[in-house]
Amino acid sequence: MPGAMQERLTDIGPPNFEEFLPPVIKKNYGQWKYHEIPQKGVMVHVAESGDKIYSVRVGSPRLISIDTIRFYAEVADKYCDGYLRFTSRHNVEFLTTVEENVEKIKKEMEAYGNPVGGTGPGITSIVHTQGWVHCHSAATDASGIVKAVMDDLSEYFTSKDLPAKCRIALACCLNMCGAVHCSDIAILGVHRKPPTIDHNNVNKLCEIPSVSASCPTAAIRPSTVDGKPSVEVIQENCMFCANCYTVCPAMPLNDPEMDGVSIWVGGKVSNARSAPKFSKLAIPYLPNTPPRWPEVTEAVRTIVEVWADNARPYERIGEWIDRVGWPRFFKLTGFEFQKEHIDDFKHAGLSFNRTAQLTR
Amino acid sequence: MPKEYKTPMLDELEKGPWPSFVKEIKLAAKNSPMSNDLLGLLERSYNERIGHWKHGGIVGVMGYGGGVIGRYVDVPEDFPNISHFHTIRINQPSGWFYTSDALRTLCNIWEKRGSGLTNMHGSTGDIVFLGTKTDELEPIFSELTEAGFDLGGSGSDVRTPSCCVGPGRCEWACYDTLKLCYDITMRYQDELHRPAFPYKWKFKMSGCPNDCVASIARADISIIGTWKDDIRVDAEEIKNYDKAGMDIFNDVVLNCPAKCMKYDAKAKAIEINNDDCRHCMHCINAMPKALRPGTDTGAVVLIGSKAPIVEGALLSSVLIPFINLDDEDEREDFFDLIEEIQDVWCEEGKARERVGEFIQRVGMGNFLEAIGVEPIPEMVAYPRDNPYVFYEDYYDDEEEDE
Ligand code: HEM
Ligand code: HEM
Ligand code: SF4
Ligand code: SF4
Ligand code: SF4
Ligand code: SF4
Repeated sequence: MPGAMQERLTDIGPPNFEEFLPPVIKKNYGQWKYHEIPQKGVMVHVAESGDKIYSVRVGSPRLISIDTIRFYAEVADKYCDGYLRFTSRHNVEFLTTVEENVEKIKKEMEAYGNPVGGTGPGITSIVHTQGWVHCHSAATDASGIVKAVMDDLSEYFTSKDLPAKCRIALACCLNMCGAVHCSDIAILGVHRKPPTIDHNNVNKLCEIPSVSASCPTAAIRPSTVDGKPSVEVIQENCMFCANCYTVCPAMPLNDPEMDGVSIWVGGKVSNARSAPKFSKLAIPYLPNTPPRWPEVTEAVRTIVEVWADNARPYERIGEWIDRVGWPRFFKLTGFEFQKEHIDDFKHAGLSFNRTAQLTR
Repeated sequence: MPKEYKTPMLDELEKGPWPSFVKEIKLAAKNSPMSNDLLGLLERSYNERIGHWKHGGIVGVMGYGGGVIGRYVDVPEDFPNISHFHTIRINQPSGWFYTSDALRTLCNIWEKRGSGLTNMHGSTGDIVFLGTKTDELEPIFSELTEAGFDLGGSGSDVRTPSCCVGPGRCEWACYDTLKLCYDITMRYQDELHRPAFPYKWKFKMSGCPNDCVASIARADISIIGTWKDDIRVDAEEIKNYDKAGMDIFNDVVLNCPAKCMKYDAKAKAIEINNDDCRHCMHCINAMPKALRPGTDTGAVVLIGSKAPIVEGALLSSVLIPFINLDDEDEREDFFDLIEEIQDVWCEEGKARERVGEFIQRVGMGNFLEAIGVEPIPEMVAYPRDNPYVFYEDYYDDEEEDE
């Protein structure tokens, strides 16, 4: 029956990765012995067989056009037999067995405006989300702040070392798409006003019981406004998380004057030395100041420099602060310690300082 | 003739050493009226300091409940070309390996049928095609299928699993992350494409405790490689690190969290008490040529991490302290357990309750009972210090009386 009930293929899944592995990786799969970092942005992995593979790591803005992907493909064809990969932090890596190709790849990439770097103790690309480019719930832009912060810190990507790795991440709202909450420095978009309720539309667009249930602090109650079923928000109980807006479009929180950015520090994901931990609040609020968010870039640089000047080798930001204490962190950065820094949600008491051990 | 937008705010972000997303949008805007309108819209957001996107609504491809995120601009009269501008998530190959040909195929589809803008990659791990119209979704889907690609997850389903580069290029991989990621993805195709869970469910796989995909912070099931036997030591290479100027005592030995390393400064020799080693990776990271994980390898399985929404952020905690995922039987037991957990969570979990929150609500002890796993000390940082114990013997007796 041509044209009628054609079989529609579904659930084929992703391509099998084996189709995309370079021959040297297929040959030495699981047989890598050690690696070295001959220069920032370049790794050489050596296999038990003696085979070597060079990886050139390149920073990208993550939001990229097909023109740029085609350029990557062209460079991979020229120097890497057509093979390349991306990393978990939005970098692209060119893989080659030919040592001489490393400098050539580097030159082409730099000429295109994409820096080589991001390996070893230093700063690699900022994991980030969509912001004003594509999301309804964004309290700030993502790509713009990332660009401004990386412009400011690019030396730590391309050349300068730091005491340890410093992972920066940005999420444009509390949904935190990405592992922002366990980063050395997290930049987090925040709302600071309760939702505005469009009483004409709540009942049309949303299910009232699920809207009430969505609020972590039980601030939302069903109510009748002008004869229409709707909800009310107990304003003092609202902590501006936008859970309600996520389930109900008739309750927006976005606001140019009240939205902005908070800064969190000292989280980590890796298990090396100390256990993984959450990032802690460093600055409760900075305003949205596009296009370059100078308050944010300055705060991030302050944290990086204070840590670089004071930490021991291998100490991540959180490990350094654990050693010297939070009073020292606030003193050295000059950030003001405010009421917002003290937790007041569930189990808040666990974060109080329950010891007489204090530094002078 | 596409409208020409003045973008002084965004132009500022074309300057500076870091690659510019504005340059990328402008590249795409040369061929795509959608990307051109996106540029105009973004400039407006920069001026007004507010976003202009509306909530999703249900859009997708036939037979799939996820993979497409609906997006509409709230000022379509001013930016008609992005009145719909939906995102498509495409399941990436394990470890984000590609050939140039595969990338070009994706670009060709997206040039014809979308904005020409992408995220390589979204933080879930998917390839993200950023922005197209509703009536392009079916054609894109069939062209992707022809090219061997499929959609990723979104909504309350198994989200696209992701993994670190593992045995592909890392000497520390303690199991085959690339293969396990592929196998899990293929096993759960139905659960990935047709949301039927209380909320999202994420698998992430890292080959060693460095956890390069941040699985412990953002996966419901975090699978992190580790080893059981001794750390492999190359004594000569330790001497070489010393010769090269490394401060082995301060930087390696004193940083060992288990205090299980001794250094003989004269002989330049390290002695490790492997019984006390916590498998943290620090010493190995510091001296990759001298130290390596053992050869009796497997993984720790942890459960329950998530970002703050709804009830607060959680890190994953230990469920299985060691599993050899290369062993067929242990692998099948693992999948049985996962499916048991999903059943219990689907049965008892509330809407928008991640499994970690579910465990917090019902109690880890009760959860373990429900899935038939014995409690062991590896699961806690310390036993409870709170004496409000809900002893159950009394209630159990009563139930029997009834
Ligand atoms: C010098 C040796 C190392 C090499 C060659 C290396 C390699 C990598 C690679 C290739 C990635 C991207 C992974 C991927 O895309 O699959 C990555 C990410 C990462 N690595 Fe490593 N790594 C090394 C050491 C470490 C160490 C010592 C730590 C922790 C102290 C660490 C923690 C991480 C983290 C947290 C990420 C990113 C996780 C995220 O995306 O959020 N790595 N590393
Ligand atoms: C109620 C909670 C959440 C809602 C409503 C939500 C909604 C969204 C939306 C609408 C997008 C698409 C943005 C766009 O392209 O237009 C998105 C992307 C994403 N979300 Fe969420 N999200 C939630 C929670 C989370 C959490 C907790 C995580 C991770 C633990 C997460 C991970 C992601 C990731 C990785 C992406 C892709 C982002 C990117 O490409 O950078 N989301 N989410
Ligand atoms: S973090 Fe929030 S605003 Fe940003 S993409 Fe995710 S849901 Fe949207
Ligand atoms: S913003 Fe959060 S706290 Fe405030 S009413 Fe909505 S759900 Fe509740
Ligand atoms: S998690 Fe471990 S095995 Fe995987 S890439 Fe990172 S360092 Fe290598
Ligand atoms: S892996 Fe960690 S705990 Fe084990 S010996 Fe090395 S530094 Fe110590």
